[in-house]
Amino acid sequence: MPHDPLPNLIIMTKTITLTLKVWRQKSKSEKGKFEVYKADNIDTDMSFLEMLDVVNEKLTKEGKEPIAFDHDCREGICGACGAVVNGQPHGPLDATTLCQLHMRNFKTGQTLVIEPWRAKGFPIVRDLVVDRSSFDRIMAAGGFVSVKTGSAPEANSIAVAKKNAELAMDAAQCIGCGACVAACPNASAMLFVGAKVSQLSLLPQGKIESKERVLKMVKKMDEEGFGNCSNEYECEAACPKSISVTNIARMNKEFRQAEVDS
Amino acid sequence: MLDSKIPEGPLKEKWTKHKSKIKLVNPANKRKYHVIVVGTGLAGASAAASLSELGYNVHVFCIQDSPRRAHSIAAQGGINAAKNYPNDGDSIYRLFYDTVKGGDFRSREANVYRLAEVSNCIIDQCVAQGVPFAREYSGYLDNRSFGGAQVSRTFYARGQTGQQLLLGAYSALMKEVGKGAIKLYPRTEMLDLVIADGVARGIITRNLVTGKVERFAADAVVLATGGYGNVFYLSTNAKACNVTASWRAHKKGALFANPCYTQIHPTCIPVHGDYQSKLTLMSESLRNDGRVWVPKKKGDTRQASQIPEDERDYYLERKYPSFGNLVPRDLASRNAKLVCDEGKGVGATGQAVYLDFADAIKRLGADKLKERYENLFEMYERISGVSAYKEPMMIYPAVHYTMGGLWVDYNLMSNLPGLFVIGEANFSDHGANRLGASALMQGLADGYFVLPYTIGDYLAGVKSGQTKTDLPEFAEAEKQVKEKTDRLLSIKGKKTVDEFHRELGKLVWDKCGMARNDAGLKEALKRIPEIRDEFWKNVNVPGSGTDLNQSLERAGRVADFLEFSETLVRDALHRRESCGGHFREEFQTPEGEALRDDNNFCYVGAWQFQGVGNEPTLHKEALNFEEVHLAQRNYK
Repeated sequence: MPHDPLPNLIIMTKTITLTLKVWRQKSKSEKGKFEVYKADNIDTDMSFLEMLDVVNEKLTKEGKEPIAFDHDCREGICGACGAVVNGQPHGPLDATTLCQLHMRNFKTGQTLVIEPWRAKGFPIVRDLVVDRSSFDRIMAAGGFVSVKTGSAPEANSIAVAKKNAELAMDAAQCIGCGACVAACPNASAMLFVGAKVSQLSLLPQGKIESKERVLKMVKKMDEEGFGNCSNEYECEAACPKSISVTNIARMNKEFRQAEVDS
Repeated sequence: MLDSKIPEGPLKEKWTKHKSKIKLVNPANKRKYHVIVVGTGLAGASAAASLSELGYNVHVFCIQDSPRRAHSIAAQGGINAAKNYPNDGDSIYRLFYDTVKGGDFRSREANVYRLAEVSNCIIDQCVAQGVPFAREYSGYLDNRSFGGAQVSRTFYARGQTGQQLLLGAYSALMKEVGKGAIKLYPRTEMLDLVIADGVARGIITRNLVTGKVERFAADAVVLATGGYGNVFYLSTNAKACNVTASWRAHKKGALFANPCYTQIHPTCIPVHGDYQSKLTLMSESLRNDGRVWVPKKKGDTRQASQIPEDERDYYLERKYPSFGNLVPRDLASRNAKLVCDEGKGVGATGQAVYLDFADAIKRLGADKLKERYENLFEMYERISGVSAYKEPMMIYPAVHYTMGGLWVDYNLMSNLPGLFVIGEANFSDHGANRLGASALMQGLADGYFVLPYTIGDYLAGVKSGQTKTDLPEFAEAEKQVKEKTDRLLSIKGKKTVDEFHRELGKLVWDKCGMARNDAGLKEALKRIPEIRDEFWKNVNVPGSGTDLNQSLERAGRVADFLEFSETLVRDALHRRESCGGHFREEFQTPEGEALRDDNNFCYVGAWQFQGVGNEPTLHKEALNFEEVHLAQRNYK
């Protein structure tokens, strides 16, 4: 039975003990600070969020308030989770969300500093939870093809070169977690916006609106307080879906063309 | 007997005729009608966008920080449609037939036919939105096969089809939000449905950041709040998936249909420890190229690679030669359980079977496999620490989807006028077992192509803007919501919310999981009220109700699971037959297959709430099969 704690079998469990320095902040308006917690007997097969669950259960039992953090699917696709661990958004492992980061990647005795995304465009809600609704507003500004339900042509009447379909898919994998912003010294959202602009400009379906789209999305991005790109490539390094900075270049090209034409 | 309002006429003409007959709302009047949509998964987002495009005044609620995070995003394998692009003999009829058969003849024929009929429009719509489906070198769309079908009708976007379809629906939703046509309320949880004069009038919500409880009135309420798989605690569902919206609507009079039809997905990463918070699915698409096996010898502890070919039992290929590894999910799951119960399971726990890609790698090369399943292989390695290119995957079944849900008629309206239920939250299309790649199809069919028509038929018959939030029913519902929150916060007991959830989940899994029997179900019925009583005396919910309090959110949801689970178990106890995902050990063929009882149980069982802990009243909707001949499912 999946729930049984593995009866009568030898399981090689390894446990580690960690010191956590966690950012605690009650609300957007209150001042935050680091609190120190011990995470004892952490099974190395646990995910990072399961480790936080264990710490939270303990805090609750001690009559303290658990650490608030966003999470949902716990399989790296919903984009809800994320925290900066020892300076790295989503922690030390490449191309991995926090929920998919397992404790076997840490050593016993280590101290982990855990902070929320820090960016003007992402105000802190509580502890590690931030408000990323700015991303939704950027999407509402132009991250779509304006096709109404029912007015689509037969699917195979639009052929798409496999190469472009694959490139569009590479960009479309963005989970909207915001790690790119957290990693960027300018808190720029250009990888996020570039990914959507690229996906739709690579496909014939999105061509018609491509100029209007890039202008509106970039304008909104600026309004929301995200910084500019200075080619640090930190966003690509932090991206759990390995989205390439080529998408930023593609967006810049689209943007310049749109500006010239408008 | 319940009236499903299935239109007259031959099966193939029902939907077309119905659409041409149903009432319409004048375009100029549409904006006067307010519609609430709760949930922003495939069904909710597609419905909200489509209703807004038609001109209705739409209000959208979701519990996540963004509508893009709804759990549809995690669907991996694909979406079915009857396009017949591969020229392999597919048709609307065949998709309809496979779905009815796959559902073990416990679904409504007319609904399933309509689903198959609109399936092709979904693909058209998604392609037009810029969903980057997999393509062939010609530039045309590629297909793959899925369980329960002998044609390749599944469209996919790598192993992230749900993500891409949801982002498509989300983009359509945000397009309307950007225009100001939809008002969006993220991080907002529906905590009650308001009924006045027997009609759905609106909802009561709690803002999850500020704790503010609010009233919203509308001319119709649409629930698109997903399934109840998390009643088992461990499932492939996202952590926030819950039954709260459905259950609270049920407590206000909406019937709950077939709750015992739960889907256990055969290919998930096995459980490894009691701290585990969720189970991870490995897409069914892997069964296209992976071969399922266990050692022939019991308790064989050798490494997979050390077990010679003739000492392996490819049990699905042996028992079901024509479908092989691609049998429907319920069969694949039950057979995995059988071999593990026999002591042939592998891995540290003995609760796993192999899914082996060695032959496929030999045949196609590792690169081809990488192209097809890269993200799945990566995810597997990240979680298990093992590369499936080198060693077979270890998999075991896990709770994945719930076919049961709120009862709806052909128009997707519940028994409460003005309350519509779409997607996984309703019970309508999958019978006792859902075929792979059909959840995405149903969610989008309901949202894009069914509800936008049928809701008009209802709204055309009611005067717009009649409901105001100052009705006494709103005040009463709001009061109850606040009282419940205060009560949860005031208990300050010794056990955490998760401890209760885990205990309930283990009980429901043990007694009402992959195999069920009379004695076990009765035991569960005895235990659930005990756990529930303890919860209300001894739960510890820290913090306050006036800010972001995730323990409080979970407590409310677990409180509902503690009530709902009793109805789930009662339904399983009452259905004295085996069908699809509902396997009663007392009712099986000599070969161990599910044994239906069509004489006594060919109906939808819809339960009416009679108070917490009281036996609900059973209402039946007879299932009449006009087109399909009822038969024992055969995948041999």
